[in-house]
Amino acid sequence: MKASSGKTIPVLTVIAIIVAIWYACVVWMNAPFEYDRAERAKTEPPGFSQLISKTMAQERPVLPAPHQVFTEIYKTTVLKKITSKRSLVYHAWITLSATLLGFIIGTALGVALAVGIVHNRAMDKSVMPWVITSQTIPILAIAPMIIVVLNAAGISGLLPKALISTYLSFFPVVVGMVKGLRSPDQAQLDLMHTYSASTAQSFWKLRWPSSMPYLFTSLKIAVAISLVGAIVGEMPTGAVAGLGARLLAGSYYGQTIQIWSALFMAAALAAVLVMIVGFAHSYVLRRMGEKPEGVAA
Amino acid sequence: MTETVVSAKDLSLTFETNDGPVHALSEVNLDVEQGDFVSFIGPSGCGKTTFLRVIADLEKPTGGTISVNGMSPEDARLARAYGYVFQAASLLPWRTIEKNIAVPLEIMGYTKADQQARIERVLNLVDLSNFGKKYPWQLSGGMQQRASIARALAFDADLLLMDEPFGALDEIVRDHLNEQLLQLWDTTNKTICFVTHSIPEAVYLSTKIVVMSPRPGRVTDVIDSTLPKERPLDIRETPEFLAIAARVRDGLRAGHSYEG
Repeated sequence: MKASSGKTIPVLTVIAIIVAIWYACVVWMNAPFEYDRAERAKTEPPGFSQLISKTMAQERPVLPAPHQVFTEIYKTTVLKKITSKRSLVYHAWITLSATLLGFIIGTALGVALAVGIVHNRAMDKSVMPWVITSQTIPILAIAPMIIVVLNAAGISGLLPKALISTYLSFFPVVVGMVKGLRSPDQAQLDLMHTYSASTAQSFWKLRWPSSMPYLFTSLKIAVAISLVGAIVGEMPTGAVAGLGARLLAGSYYGQTIQIWSALFMAAALAAVLVMIVGFAHSYVLRRMGEKPEGVAA
Repeated sequence: MTETVVSAKDLSLTFETNDGPVHALSEVNLDVEQGDFVSFIGPSGCGKTTFLRVIADLEKPTGGTISVNGMSPEDARLARAYGYVFQAASLLPWRTIEKNIAVPLEIMGYTKADQQARIERVLNLVDLSNFGKKYPWQLSGGMQQRASIARALAFDADLLLMDEPFGALDEIVRDHLNEQLLQLWDTTNKTICFVTHSIPEAVYLSTKIVVMSPRPGRVTDVIDSTLPKERPLDIRETPEFLAIAARVRDGLRAGHSYEG
């Protein structure tokens, strides 16, 4: 509690500054539309105070005001039934389910590859370059192909989107876990050798626990990037539900408020997911007897 | 009648490096008898640690022969013939002291009850009975090293290999641990091979001191200590002690290894 109270004021200050800048931009960016409207209606251009209230209440503003976005979020979450197609919670859940499935598959795949790379010389030499190459291909290019190919194979719905999340999220896990599984020092490995420990025994008693801090650091990145993958998976494929679909539909119809509220929902979702992984991280390390100050041993 | 625990004949080990071959060990001949406390002393690069690692099957010799308990080092390792103590305590930070000592016991398949009994016994031996439930970071460096010695004693190995175990500790703690180690050696009747670069430590602890010199790593002198088995710390001021220390120092100097 002591640490968080020390952070509250700086965080709130930054938020206040961002909101202030945002409101200023709302007036500045939405003003041309109001001047145009006044000219077309052949009326006097609005005065300053009128301009402010008008720019903040447009139906399709260039930049919606914060309160418009949050009113929209409130309307589409609390005031809508979760099962409704217009509920943001419904769309968030669609995206979240793909995110989580992709995250789980990606983590499993990443860990499996890392174990192989650490224990097998041939895999060490052959797999790692491909893992890195896979991330140089733009996900926007590969996402529609995955969806189309899997559709042709009769697989549709959740799994294709989840696989795009997997494609992004396995990477940090492989890299982190290879490093983590190799983190025991030579003396510790020698010690295992003097006990004539089997590879499996060294793995479970030494390598795996040593890699935990690395795993959770990777998982934080992986879960956030999984969400990006799921949203990207919804965009180029004509998906009708999900945060990606909301973003796309919003941009088709100039519904900027809808875009921004979907954006905020995605950001909140990512924050919550990363926080959950963070809690799991500190819980596991505390169970492992970590020094309370959080100093890595 | 004593048995030979370690026997090396013309033992050589050459590392091939990019700068050419490095002769870490050259024609080493040495016998270690059951119950001996043998210290290996010499400057860096003299092969004292390498010799210990060859005994432990952590390095393979490139020439000569070596037997441990009458077997090859590999068979001796598989037969769990020795316990190894490194300079760093190398305790696993996520395990309590008890659980750290349990690591070799778990690997070697001792029963739970047997593990518990052994843990208690060795914690007693190193005077850490009340610290079994602590994590390594809650212990001082000296205590951590004692815990790592306890770990090496927990299974029934008659040979203890120690590679500068007190090298990173301050002198006061080191004196204390040296005294304790001698008691431990006396009560357990183990054979100990001990690498150090401290002359007083080597003379104080050993029944036999092996003086080595580098490039190539070889044995220049083997000194059988005439000190009694009972050794209070102030034995280090006796003329007998100083005479042995002087011989060790001469041996080191004869190795003309001080070009630095």
